[in-house]
Amino acid sequence: MRPYLAVLSARFRMLLQYRAAALAGCATQLFWGLIRVMIFEGFYLSSAAPQPMSFPQVVTYIWLGQGMLLLTMFGPDAEVRAMIQAGTIAYELVRPVRLYWLWYCRAIAARFAPLLLRAVPILIVAGVFFGMRAPASRGCAALWILSTAAAVLLTSSVATLMTISLFWTISGEGMNRIAPAIIWTFSGLLIPLPLLPNWVQPAIRVLPFRGMGDTPFRVYMGHIPPEQALLAVAHQLAWTAALVLLGQWILNRGLRRLVVQGG
Amino acid sequence: MPQILVESLVKTFHLAERVPGTWGALAGLARRRHRTVTALNGISFTLREGELLGYIGPNGAGKSTTVKILSGILVPDSGRVEVLGKVPWTHRIETVAQIGVVFGQRTQLWWDLPVIESFDLLADIYRVPAALYRRNRDELVGLLDLAPLLDTPVRQLSLGQRMRCDLAATLLHSPKILYLDEPTIGLDAVGKLAVRDFIRRLNRERGVTVILTTHDMDDIEVLCERVIVIHEGGLFLDGTLKQLRGRVSSERRLIVDLARENGPINDPDAELVSRQGRRATLRFDPARVSPAGLIARIVANHEVADLFVENPPIEEIVARIYGSACAPLSRSARQ
Repeated sequence: MRPYLAVLSARFRMLLQYRAAALAGCATQLFWGLIRVMIFEGFYLSSAAPQPMSFPQVVTYIWLGQGMLLLTMFGPDAEVRAMIQAGTIAYELVRPVRLYWLWYCRAIAARFAPLLLRAVPILIVAGVFFGMRAPASRGCAALWILSTAAAVLLTSSVATLMTISLFWTISGEGMNRIAPAIIWTFSGLLIPLPLLPNWVQPAIRVLPFRGMGDTPFRVYMGHIPPEQALLAVAHQLAWTAALVLLGQWILNRGLRRLVVQGG
Repeated sequence: MPQILVESLVKTFHLAERVPGTWGALAGLARRRHRTVTALNGISFTLREGELLGYIGPNGAGKSTTVKILSGILVPDSGRVEVLGKVPWTHRIETVAQIGVVFGQRTQLWWDLPVIESFDLLADIYRVPAALYRRNRDELVGLLDLAPLLDTPVRQLSLGQRMRCDLAATLLHSPKILYLDEPTIGLDAVGKLAVRDFIRRLNRERGVTVILTTHDMDDIEVLCERVIVIHEGGLFLDGTLKQLRGRVSSERRLIVDLARENGPINDPDAELVSRQGRRATLRFDPARVSPAGLIARIVANHEVADLFVENPPIEEIVARIYGSACAPLSRSARQ
């Protein structure tokens, strides 16, 4: 464990340095959050039909989404991309560690550091000024933290998969563009998932994406009742395990065909 | 038992290529052409513990490919490789824990971190026990004079400073084998001397086995007893520097400083190579002409201030191997 924890903490400490970026990010996300709240307010005011979520629940859901947006700011690890393009990837491979876990730890650090730097201030501001509510109960709060941790593990497994795709794509630019569109739609970061049409709900329940946003948000507000929350966390962890295994399998294939040019 | 064993190693790369120009780009959409490049074509050698091997060859000869296979990064097409009794690419983690690699053109240090933090992180990655790490680090900091650099972020180091730090970083886990891929590339004279001196001490005092690939023939001349020359993926020579010289050409140089400017010099057994003021450089074949006789004759027939015999510079020999002269020369060497 020692090498992996060391890489995780080094990377985490490094990312905590980006305070200016965090501040700017908070401002942007607060701004967008307000716009999204206004859009949904208009929607709720214009519709008399009963909705699967109340308006205050939607507001809380939106602010949680704004706070945790960076979890799903996907894309291959920029440092690994630079290493593959420059050929320093050779150094990653002469280390006596499993490359998959090394990259997975980097992905966790890359999600966890900005999560702390941005989620905390955004949630405080939104709670004090913009109508975000407290967790439904202490139990919900504890389950929310658990589910958020599972979301970090899950999103990291997807991010690692994208990093591994660099062995084939080199630039990863395409991944950078496609992935967020799909993930934001199906994780609830654009529209709260309960508001999507009924016919997509079965697919949403099976797919991994709800575990990256929707699950922790609804656990927080008790929209997923505490007795079902553990099942939802199990769904997150099962997908994490599957994606980790898939990632390791693909990585091993990538290493077999690896060409380290030049030098 | 040899520490490193390489037998009939073959590695080819498949590279996509396209015809130049717009038409070529369009054609490439429909059908890709692939070219197979043979980087290594049946290389074999063994290395005992504590040897210092100079591994030389022109650009693209397959030097780095060999190093990458030996360190488990690349998988060869065929052939047998054992490093410390293990196949590097199937036992990558066990193998790399006992070796150190420096790719001279690239740094393994974290660009934004102070040097010392890179060292700490590497010690964690290699699971070096704390006491051993402290001992190795302090010793390396002393040997390579790194104390003033430790708190500097890597991006602010000069190339020579960075290379010294990179060398130290590679040795924190006490590797038994060290692969150095062009460790003196781009360094100034002082930097080169420091690096060479360090490599020599490491090899002699710690008994670390070293494979050194380089284009700098001074590195080879100063450090290596044994050299392997590869050319177009094949083994051209495996022997001592002396054998390398003999293989290509046995010629010697006789440098004569005449007493007077532009004095004439000629001898039937030696050929004038260059002339600079009072200094004349002659070449002769010691197998055909006795050096003592030649010198006696020249001293007798000319007014000589000073003279000495030397081997042709190793650069010239290697350039001949690399160059077009390769084929006829190697044939004549075989005769």
